[in-house]
Amino acid sequence: MGETMNLWNRLMCYSRRRSPWLFHMNSGSCNGCDIELIASLTPRYDAEQLGVRLEGSPRHADILCITGPVTHNAVEAIKTVYGQVCGPKAVVAIGSCPATTNVFIDSRTLDGPLEKHLPVDVFVPGCPPRPDAIIQGIAAAAGILAERAAKRWPDESVMVPLAGEEGSCSCAHCDCKTEEKSAADSPVSEAQP
Amino acid sequence: MNLITALARLLIFPGLLFAVPFAWFFLWVERKAVALMQGRIGPPFMQPFFDFIKLLGKSTPPRSGVGGLLMRAWPLIAVSAAAGAVGLLPVLPSSGGFEGDLILLLALLELPSMCIIAAGFSSRSIFGEIGSAREAVLSVSYNVVFLLAIVSIAASQHTFRLEALAHLPASPMQILGVVAILVCLPAKLHINPFSLPNAEQEIYSGPMTEYAGPELAMWELSHGLEWVAATGLVATLIAPHFTTVWLAALVFVALSFGVVLLLSVTAAATARLQIDTTVRFYWQCTLIFAVLAISSALFMRFRS
Repeated sequence: MGETMNLWNRLMCYSRRRSPWLFHMNSGSCNGCDIELIASLTPRYDAEQLGVRLEGSPRHADILCITGPVTHNAVEAIKTVYGQVCGPKAVVAIGSCPATTNVFIDSRTLDGPLEKHLPVDVFVPGCPPRPDAIIQGIAAAAGILAERAAKRWPDESVMVPLAGEEGSCSCAHCDCKTEEKSAADSPVSEAQP
Repeated sequence: MNLITALARLLIFPGLLFAVPFAWFFLWVERKAVALMQGRIGPPFMQPFFDFIKLLGKSTPPRSGVGGLLMRAWPLIAVSAAAGAVGLLPVLPSSGGFEGDLILLLALLELPSMCIIAAGFSSRSIFGEIGSAREAVLSVSYNVVFLLAIVSIAASQHTFRLEALAHLPASPMQILGVVAILVCLPAKLHINPFSLPNAEQEIYSGPMTEYAGPELAMWELSHGLEWVAATGLVATLIAPHFTTVWLAALVFVALSFGVVLLLSVTAAATARLQIDTTVRFYWQCTLIFAVLAISSALFMRFRS
C-alpha cells in the first residue's frame, strides 16, 4: 500500500511540474506585461514545450498570472478569481507593478501591491519582463505546485522516516533529513488539528 | 464464448485498453500538428497523460443538490458512451459475440455531445449556456448531413450491420458517403473551423467553464475517445478486408492516424467560423451533397 502511494505521489508531483495551466488576469496593467506573457506562447519562445496552456476559465487553471499594480476596481475581482482557481494553486506576479506598484506608487487609484491581497509565490520583476523570464517564473511556480502536492497528501507521513528512525533516509546526501521531517510533520498536524 | 469475445472487444481491443492510450496519443497528435503548422516544437509526447494525472489530483468546487449530482454524472456518461462506441467498431475479422449495428454506434457517438449540451445548461454559468446553445444549433445542422451520409452508405450496401459494412468491397457511393462523414467530423469533434461550442477565450471554455479537476479530466478523456471512435468509424469503412488479425489491427491504426492528421492540419490551417456561417455551410452546401449521395444510392439499389 505504501509503495503504491509512493509511486502515485511521485507520478502526481511529476505531472504537476509538467502540466502548468495558466489563467491570465490584468489588474490595471498598461498591457506591456500582457503582451510579453502572450509572446512567451508564440513560436519564438514556445512555452507549450513545458506543457503550459493558457486556459479560458479560472476553474481549469493551476497558476494565476497577475499583471498590473492592483487598482481599487480590481481588488474584488482578483480575490474572486483567486477563489475560483481550484487547489493546489500558485500565483505568479508578472512585472514590477504587482510587486511594488512601480512608477504608480502613492497613486490614489491604487490599492497595491498585490501581496496585500493574495499570497504570491513567484515574482517576475521587469518593466516589462522578458518572455524567457516569464517562462522561468512559470517553471518555478510549477515546481512549487509539485512540492505543495507532495505535502497535500496525508499519507505522506508513511513514506518518510519517522521521528525515531534517524538515518533511515536512503538518499546519498542526507541534508534532506530535516526538510523531509518538516514535510512529514505538516500534513500530520493538518490532519489532526 | 460469445460473452468472452464481447468483453474482450469492449475491454481490450478495440475497447478501453487500446482506446485510452490512443485517445491520449490522438490528443497529442492534434496539439503537435497545430504546433508544427505554427512553426513551434509543441508539447512533449506524454503531455495529455500528464494533464490527465494532474487534473485527477486537483480539487473540485463543492456542488450540492440534484444539479451538482448531474454535473458529476455528465462526464462519466460521456466517457462510457464514447468507450462503448470504440468497442463496437468492427476492426478484427473474427466474428461471434455481441455485434452492434450502425444505428447503435451512431447513438453512442451522439451521446457525448448531448452530455456536453446538458452539462453546459446544468452548470448555470452564462458562458456554459451560450456554449450549449451553440452546440445544440451545430448538432442540428451537421447531424442531418451525417445521418444522410450513413444512410446512403447503408442503402448502397443493403445492410446496417457493421461487420458486413466493413467486409464488403467499397462502392463509389460508399466513398461519397465517407467524404460527407469527413466533412462532418470537425463539427462533431469541436475543432476548427467549427470550434464554436468551446470557443476558447471567446466564451471562456463554453460548456466546460465550470468544470474542474477529475471531472475536467473525464471530459478530456471523452474528447480523446470521441477522436478514436469517429476516426475509427471512417477507418473501418475505407479499410480493405484482411483475414489476418494483426494486419487488420495495423491497417486500422494507420488509417485512423491518417484521418487524425488530416483533421488536425485542417484545424490548424483554418480560423473559427461564425455560427450563422457554419449553419449555412452545413444546410446549403453539404446537405445538397448528402442528398445527392443518398438519392443516387437509392437509385442504384432499385436498378440492381
